[in-house]
Amino acid sequence: MELLGYLGEGFATSLMPINILIVMIGVTAGLFIGAMPGLGSVNGVAIVLPITFIVPPSSAIILLCAIYYGAMYGGAISSILLGIPGASTAVATTFDGRPMAQQGKAGLALIAAAAASFVGGTISVVLFTLFAVPLADVALAFGPAEEFALVLLAFTTFVGLGGDDVLKTIIMICLGLVLSAVGLDLISGDPRLIFFDQPGFYSGISFLVLAIGIYGVGEILYTIETQKSAPQVTPAKITFRELWYGLKEINKLWKTMSFGSFLGFFVGMLPAAGATPAALMSYGIAKLLSKKPETFGKGAIEGVAAPETANNAASTGSLLPMLTLGIPGSPTTALLLGGMVMWGLVPGPMLFIEQPDFVWGLISSLYTANLFAVLVNLALIPLFVWALRMPFTVLCSLVFVLCLVGGFAPSQKLHDVWLIVGFGVVGYVLRKADYPMAPLVLALVLGPLMERSFRQTLIAEQGNMMAFVERPISGTFMAIAALFFVLPMLKHVKRLLRRDLSPAE
Amino acid sequence: MTLKLTRRLSLALAASAALAATAPAFASDWKPSKPVEMVIMAGQGGGADRLARLFQSIIQKENLASMPILPVNKGGGSGAEALRYLKDKEGDNHVIMATLNSLYTTPLRTDIGVNIEEFTPIARMALDTFVLWVNADSDIYTLDDYVAAVRASGGQWKMGGTGTGQEDSLVTSMLENEFGLEITYVPFKGGGDVAKNLVGGHIDSTVNNPSEQLGFFTAGKSRPIATFTPTRLAAFPDTPTMTELGHELVYDMQRSFVAPAGMAPEAVAYYTEMFEKLNASEEWQTYTSEKSLAPDFLTGDALGEYFLVEREKHASLLEMSEQGS
Repeated sequence: MELLGYLGEGFATSLMPINILIVMIGVTAGLFIGAMPGLGSVNGVAIVLPITFIVPPSSAIILLCAIYYGAMYGGAISSILLGIPGASTAVATTFDGRPMAQQGKAGLALIAAAAASFVGGTISVVLFTLFAVPLADVALAFGPAEEFALVLLAFTTFVGLGGDDVLKTIIMICLGLVLSAVGLDLISGDPRLIFFDQPGFYSGISFLVLAIGIYGVGEILYTIETQKSAPQVTPAKITFRELWYGLKEINKLWKTMSFGSFLGFFVGMLPAAGATPAALMSYGIAKLLSKKPETFGKGAIEGVAAPETANNAASTGSLLPMLTLGIPGSPTTALLLGGMVMWGLVPGPMLFIEQPDFVWGLISSLYTANLFAVLVNLALIPLFVWALRMPFTVLCSLVFVLCLVGGFAPSQKLHDVWLIVGFGVVGYVLRKADYPMAPLVLALVLGPLMERSFRQTLIAEQGNMMAFVERPISGTFMAIAALFFVLPMLKHVKRLLRRDLSPAE
Repeated sequence: MTLKLTRRLSLALAASAALAATAPAFASDWKPSKPVEMVIMAGQGGGADRLARLFQSIIQKENLASMPILPVNKGGGSGAEALRYLKDKEGDNHVIMATLNSLYTTPLRTDIGVNIEEFTPIARMALDTFVLWVNADSDIYTLDDYVAAVRASGGQWKMGGTGTGQEDSLVTSMLENEFGLEITYVPFKGGGDVAKNLVGGHIDSTVNNPSEQLGFFTAGKSRPIATFTPTRLAAFPDTPTMTELGHELVYDMQRSFVAPAGMAPEAVAYYTEMFEKLNASEEWQTYTSEKSLAPDFLTGDALGEYFLVEREKHASLLEMSEQGS
């Protein structure tokens, strides 16, 4: 009851006309920032942060959250339309979003992404409202061993999936792990795998560079080959009837979306993880639980909905450790933290007790930001889809330029641009040889986290490998991971048995 | 094209400024022409990170810079990532770096091809302090309890801290040497992560900066045992200093800003002035007293010399810690 009272007061603030206007501006700006490859919510929030000092803190945080949410929605747009992840969090959305667009279902994919983002955002905000304070203890219970077990769990969802070649998946994971080791040793700081003595490798290989190379450039090469130079226009258009049909389609995805929401919120909550791993894990699990896993990567609507619910849920989740523990779960929340310090607020265990007005104003603004983000997004979908009606020759060059710009923008290093081109060629060749790309990206994202938590645990436990199994939380994860690893094989065996039996009947 | 032109222009400016080295009139002429990147040598949520973000927000709020300041964390490899990055930015007038003591220790420990003498010193804002912390659920209340507990663990005592060879690990080896202890040092990504892991019960003690534990301390989740400062800290009046307890253990952490080698003098003047104003701001003065920081402003050549003296000091500290382990 007390909770509802606080929330009501929060809504009184966030529903003021001026704040609604702020939310509208914020989500629209965020949507476009997120849709631009190379720009993500971090850039949006960083640019706007100074402006927020002229308005009261409650309005300021509403604006920042609106941009944060808007960018989360926007990231999916270029992933689907152009095959370039608009933000790191939307990498997994390219896996199936791009194939859908190629099949002329761009509109449906965008609707699915928007609706899934809304569901993920809403479920996670409700979770946040109800359990923020007790859940802080869950975040605390996660030490290095638990983090390692969670990452391992994420990997097993990608290994041995029906449809894919297990051996090829494992090869791609190993390749990703090797790439993730490039740069400086996480613990000692020694340089390792600095290819050709190029200084650019000291800062490691960004998975965004890999993803843009493989999915952006690699995709262009592949498309040029398959379509020759025949001018082709993607027959994409959208009407209100299609919108309605799309929303009905989404209705069938409840299972995927609710799972993605819980998973995303939970993973986002852990300070070491964040929205990108959450989206990838959600994708993996959706594929594992799907009745038609073979359609994943070839334009499955679940493959769009799963990562999009999870990354939005994770963006809410990562606010939790920031507010309750003072530890940001993502680069964007780190910026929000900076803003809060400036407004004289001390994030940490006492914030909910000392500053209820601020906290509940923020929570209620998450509801409104989410609602407006989905409305603005749905309204703009025809515009986005229209962009696809360009002749292929024009679109293709445009996408290539965007790939290079998107890779250059975050690091401002030409080194990364060359890497994108290189990865593009490698990605093209690997795709021709039918290697799955998603495990490679997953390994590069999770590799550093996995390595660090593994080494920390072994240092702390004097090299005792059993530490991962002995602790209750990590032990449970390990058991589930083992199950995930064996489950698809059992399915396979069952299928084989059935095949053997059927002729006998 | 324009990029090249401005680059050439700034080089020309730098050259002319070098000719008129003592002309402070240039200071007001130069302004950043694009957002300034503030590289942070540590991960998110730690003491260095929080402070850098505080500086950024004060600069924005008080309008001390004409362009936005964008903080970027490059905490990998005990700050080696950031050092390499700054080296590659030679001659860039739009990058500054928030440093900590790993400015000396990281290049001393591994050859990453960085000589900090080449960097342009901008301003030292403060000296941060170190405190020995345990989880509030533990039975440890005094330094004697602590030493006894570490001894009883037989080398299994887990001290969390930032990267190996960084400040926290130096303070840890100072403790080991002074009391003849054996401690397992577990490195984490940043001070915030360390603080969380202490409260979560994954490690047994930390030497966090006060600002990193303050939130948990006020919530009654962590307990300070002793401080590594010359005098008691205002925020923890009941916590004794190591010196008081008869152990000459004092260590502090500089919080400074440096710029890449070859930054144009007028840009250096611009940033120095910016930090001077920041140092005088009310927010900063209040923050230092609340968070047990010693504001100790230093700029230019004096700061450059300070860096070199500290580097010498850390070289011997590192030698000691390596012998110990």
